[in-house]
Amino acid sequence: MAQEVLRMDNITKIYDNGFVANKNITFWLNKGEILALVGENGAGKTTLMKVLFGLESPQSGDVYINGEHVKIENTLDAIDKGIGMVHQHFMLLPSLTVAENVALGIEPMKKGLFDFNKAVKMTQEVADKYRFNIDPLSKVEDLSVGQMQKVEIMKVLIRGAKIIIMDEPTAVLTPQETDELFEQLLLLKEGGHSIIFISHKLEEVKRICSRVTVLRHGYCLGSYDLENMNESDISRLMVGRDVVLKIDKEDPKPEEVVVKIKNLVKINETGKKVIDGISLDIRKGEVVGIAGVEGNGQSELSDVLCGMDTFSSGEVRINNQDIVGKTVHEIRQMGLAYIPEDRMRHGCAADLSIKDNIISDRFFLPEYCKGLFMKHKYIDQLVDQYIKDFEIACDDKNQPVRMLSGGNIQKVVVAREFTSGSNFILANQPTRGIDVGAAEMIRKTIVKKSRTEGTATLLISADLNEVLECSDRLLVMRKGKIVAAFPKANEVSEDELGEYMLGIKTMTAKEMENVL
Amino acid sequence: MPMYTLDWFANFGFSVLRLSTPLIFAALAAVISRKAGMLNMALEGMMLTSALAGVILSGFTGSVWIGLIGAIIVGVLSGAIIGFSNLTGKTDLYLTCIAFNLAATGGTVFVMYLLTGEKSTTSAAIRAFSVPSITIPLIDKIPLIGKMISGHNLLTYLAFLSIYMVWFFLYKTRLGLRLRAVGENPKAASSVGINVTKIGYISFLISGILCGLGGAFMSMGWVSFFMKNMTNGRGYIGLSAMNIAAGNPVGSALAAIFFGFSDAFATMIKGRGGDFPTEFIEMIPYVATIAALVVMNIIRMGQKRKIEQGVKQK
Ligand SMILES: Nc1ncnc2c1ncn2[C@@H]1O[C@H](COP(=O)(O)OP(=O)(O)O)[C@@H](O)[C@H]1O
Ligand SMILES: [Mg+2]
Repeated sequence: MAQEVLRMDNITKIYDNGFVANKNITFWLNKGEILALVGENGAGKTTLMKVLFGLESPQSGDVYINGEHVKIENTLDAIDKGIGMVHQHFMLLPSLTVAENVALGIEPMKKGLFDFNKAVKMTQEVADKYRFNIDPLSKVEDLSVGQMQKVEIMKVLIRGAKIIIMDEPTAVLTPQETDELFEQLLLLKEGGHSIIFISHKLEEVKRICSRVTVLRHGYCLGSYDLENMNESDISRLMVGRDVVLKIDKEDPKPEEVVVKIKNLVKINETGKKVIDGISLDIRKGEVVGIAGVEGNGQSELSDVLCGMDTFSSGEVRINNQDIVGKTVHEIRQMGLAYIPEDRMRHGCAADLSIKDNIISDRFFLPEYCKGLFMKHKYIDQLVDQYIKDFEIACDDKNQPVRMLSGGNIQKVVVAREFTSGSNFILANQPTRGIDVGAAEMIRKTIVKKSRTEGTATLLISADLNEVLECSDRLLVMRKGKIVAAFPKANEVSEDELGEYMLGIKTMTAKEMENVL
Repeated sequence: MPMYTLDWFANFGFSVLRLSTPLIFAALAAVISRKAGMLNMALEGMMLTSALAGVILSGFTGSVWIGLIGAIIVGVLSGAIIGFSNLTGKTDLYLTCIAFNLAATGGTVFVMYLLTGEKSTTSAAIRAFSVPSITIPLIDKIPLIGKMISGHNLLTYLAFLSIYMVWFFLYKTRLGLRLRAVGENPKAASSVGINVTKIGYISFLISGILCGLGGAFMSMGWVSFFMKNMTNGRGYIGLSAMNIAAGNPVGSALAAIFFGFSDAFATMIKGRGGDFPTEFIEMIPYVATIAALVVMNIIRMGQKRKIEQGVKQK
């Protein structure tokens, strides 16, 4: 009989704004198991874990640890009870060393002062014990994302956590890093740790978890043994319908060049060549995908193309117009539509309404104005139509965007960008961190627009499934260069792609010649 | 011109250090706040209230030390008021600081009027006290240097000592580490159980002590009375000094000394007389502040541009 180390019983959490994020949720965790907690974006997984970790206080419900009723009022209580959390967004201090980050909050002291050497030693011990290959003296800002995550796990372990919460840990990792993480998690499990593993990726859940608890819209749909469940069973529970993970699309008929990038170089403030001589064409009616581990110049490329950042040399032409010295506004007029990576910072104005966000790129056009005034009736009609077309779940068009879930916020961004009449769409991580349903809709629309309207699309994404599904041509970026180019994305295997992404293989200029 | 003798240089150097004193305190107070993630614009008002408190308390008790401690306590209380309003009451920090400064400007005059019937200075009404000056044995015998660095007010030496203490506090103590952590990412800090609000209060407390010392120097060192608006923008200059060095304690103090230098320069020119309007000369330290900020920024931007080579050609 499995020993129960944790039980959350009838948890209800209502946020200050009245949003019910968790409604009577009950689940339990056994000793030495990895339990998957799955659910669409906004289902309430993070909220539930915040309750467990003492970051949010629930309206009602009880928590039992090893069968004992406990009160968790703050993080210190939680840590005290042996709970550790690796947050979805890292809780690290980039300017400090690994050792300082690990020791923060439980600093070793000597003669009343912070004992840095002892902190280094403690960190090294944990690293050795759990086989993390990390130098305690390096600064966190110099680490890769995968290494940062290990620092987070070490922070949890050094505090003696027995129950470890991992909130979407694989979202930011490469396939290889994910494998490494899974080995580590299995090792921890063997050592008697119990792990709650949150993920959107069902194949991962199948790989390392023994049971799954499913949340939907704040409700718990139950916990199941994974033995007798397959991926589509789980996905059905999560989203309440079958999600087709494949996009059917006919071959593209690329025509004239819409975007021409020639020898683009960008050197950043620290002198690093973040974009290193990229040349490529994007034609009418095709989707060009760029895969790559995050931080290999994709963000910089997208910043340069949309005019938010400058570049050092080279040339970029959109519809035959040079973008040098042009403002974002001017570049948009040339035919750019842009789905930015960070929707909250660059994609929307969170406090403004859905309506205002949607018309923010076009309110000045004669179509929407009459003299000094806006044609509100006309705009309202249009926005209502978009809300319906793009399936934006909201109370009404005047609701502030920040009240929506991530997936719906992204749909607002997409609704604006896809209806702007542009013939070039730059989509940077368009479905990151949003639910399967919304992601599917966005991907399908990208493909559909290229086929029916002849839009040229550049799709930058760290989600392999996404670039493989949606792209026609597929490129791989690494260290600011294009290191591989495939004429047909659907003929590329994930494994092969991974090897190019991690630099195990590189194509020669000749091999890529005809694909760029 | 009979001016530039060894003595003249010694005097000028002495006056640079003397005039730097309040600026160093203000800059260090700004550093502490900055490292805790806040831009403390209320340094000006905090110093002003402390300056008045020092004069009143020493005058009424007859003890300069009670005055000094009183100035520090009032500095800390001022910090606590802003901290309470911002951290507990969740008011906007900038608006709170501006309100505090305005209240301090008017409030100090009001209190002065209540106690002395005077509206511009306490010099006639309250007995004057000064924190003693210290002659450093041996060093005062060295030519030039001796005259420059010996014989200063105790608080001037304390200001220089504070540079080290602030550095030591920030980089060697646990509290310093936690304070920097909170300043860099409060969420990360609270996720490991650090009480962010408490650290915020502590930063205002330390800031308050430093402002208390700075204010005390103004009214019990630089002169020995309180004068309406006597800090005269020094809090803001301290803030700029911190900004120029991006919050580094030693760099901020050096920048403060640079401003002290321009202050001394202005005083020197004014002392020579001539028909140059004094209002114009009095602008020098402030113009120097703006110039320094612009120059620093141009240097930073130039470095960036050099690295980026041939950025957008307009
Ligand atoms: N501080 C908050 N105030 C109000 N609503 C919130 C807050 N945090 C999250 N929510 C809402 O609660 C819901 C659940 O969020 P979350 O627990 O983060 O979901 P998940 O982790 O499953 O994606 C979302 O719709 C989100 O918008
Ligand atoms: Mg979440």
